[in-house]
Amino acid sequence: MNRNLYRQVSNGLARVFVYGTALAALIPLGLVLAYTVSKGLPSVENVDFFINSFRPIGIPGGGVAHALAGTVIMVGLASLLAVPVGILSGVYLVEYGRGRWGDLIRLASDVLVGAPSIAIGLFAYALLVAPFHHFSGISAAVALAVLMLPVVIRTTEGAIELIPGSLREAGLALGLARWRVALQLIVPAAAPGIVTGALLAVARAAGETAPLLFTAFGNQILNLDPSKPMAALPLLVFNYARQPYPQAQQQAWGAALVLVVLVLITNLTSRFVFRRQIALASKL
Amino acid sequence: MEGASPAKLEVSSLSFYYGRFRALKDISLDIPENRVTALIGPSGCGKTTLLRVFNRMYDLVSKARAEGSVRLDGMEVTETTRLLELRQKVGMVFQRPSPFPLSIYDNVAFAPRLLGWRRQQVAEAVETAITDAALWDEVKDRLKDPAASLSGGQQQRLSIARCLAVKPEVILMDEPCSALDPVATLKIEDLIDRLARQYTIVIVTHNMQQAARVADFTAFMLMDTDERYGQLIEFAPTTDLFNKPTDPRTEGYITGRFG
Repeated sequence: MNRNLYRQVSNGLARVFVYGTALAALIPLGLVLAYTVSKGLPSVENVDFFINSFRPIGIPGGGVAHALAGTVIMVGLASLLAVPVGILSGVYLVEYGRGRWGDLIRLASDVLVGAPSIAIGLFAYALLVAPFHHFSGISAAVALAVLMLPVVIRTTEGAIELIPGSLREAGLALGLARWRVALQLIVPAAAPGIVTGALLAVARAAGETAPLLFTAFGNQILNLDPSKPMAALPLLVFNYARQPYPQAQQQAWGAALVLVVLVLITNLTSRFVFRRQIALASKL
Repeated sequence: MEGASPAKLEVSSLSFYYGRFRALKDISLDIPENRVTALIGPSGCGKTTLLRVFNRMYDLVSKARAEGSVRLDGMEVTETTRLLELRQKVGMVFQRPSPFPLSIYDNVAFAPRLLGWRRQQVAEAVETAITDAALWDEVKDRLKDPAASLSGGQQQRLSIARCLAVKPEVILMDEPCSALDPVATLKIEDLIDRLARQYTIVIVTHNMQQAARVADFTAFMLMDTDERYGQLIEFAPTTDLFNKPTDPRTEGYITGRFG
């Protein structure tokens, strides 16, 4: 009887502790969201905010169109670079990368995931900014692509590993070449999982500031040409938030809100897509 | 008794290794053309391993290698570099149906399309294959539906159709009915019976009654108790093997004393 009571009490305590820590983990997320929304909402209520670009302090109607366009263009270019290479590398790792080469690529991509993004920005600066003597959206896209690459590689690998080996065997047994089975049977079957990886990578790249500091540099006017310096949402937040003017600070909050919402939508979409992958893989 | 039939697959002194482990030792048998040959024996006796030598499926396993000879129409299976051609000629149906995540039609059309056949050729091959797999009447109105919407038995017949579409000569079946109910099993067995007129069929089965029902010839395999390699104990026309086995171990197995 006594032992039973002890178990009930310790069980109850453990439960309170677990729920408490889970709640504590949610608090920062909730606070960031609530604070950004409450501070940023006044800015985004005005449509001008999405249509106009920079206006000097004191002139009303300034917006973030230039930064939004820059972010979309640079992340888009980065995706064009990172997603195909990342998917093919992931396929390589699963289909052929059982030996030392595969382990090396796995190690490299794990190291790359943990690499400080400012260092990657510096790399892009040395490679594509310094030799040409000017900042550019392209150099930023390369830096972001390097950041995205390991995410795409490892999620592709994970998504393909979810596909049962019986599907591969069935394809090979028909007399189809290994690479065709991989690219035309396995990859389509793993497509939702791969899309998930690409979206996660996009979300990561869209929020990065450090690699843009000395690559894209920022731009006060709307520029759609990636060979020239470009504005980006995180850069704009960084620049405006440091200014002493309330108007600029208000715009920084607005831009931060836009960024948070963009990243949130991307993340939620990727979760939704991934659930479809799980459902699909379980039917194979 | 079945009439004499030329050998389609000639297996002689075949041994098979997974790394250092010998999985098959010194197997010799001639699999006759356009007949059904069953491989029976208790779990671990190497029947699936032997089946996977015939289409070189073991290539997927690292450090697996075959010694000895398996000849298909004179082509040395264990050494050939024309692997894709071999696998087109020697199709395989697996234990679980594993439909591709595509429509019913696309499942069967998948390989012909990748092999570069013309649209008309693909369409003909698909319809013929599905018809020959005794599935056409059930699916002809829903060819665009996902293959996963079919029942287990239908999925297995779809797998057979998929295999027939690339026009094989030999069909390997690895316990094709073990995941199916008795009615679906009966349909597959009827189908095997009909296919045997045109194809050489090798079927691995756990089920002795099934071997007795569908096979013209039966090979009984057993694992060596000391070294754990699989060996061929007896190979004979099915009626002989089941009615007057020459080896006491065969008799022990078919009368249910072990296995």
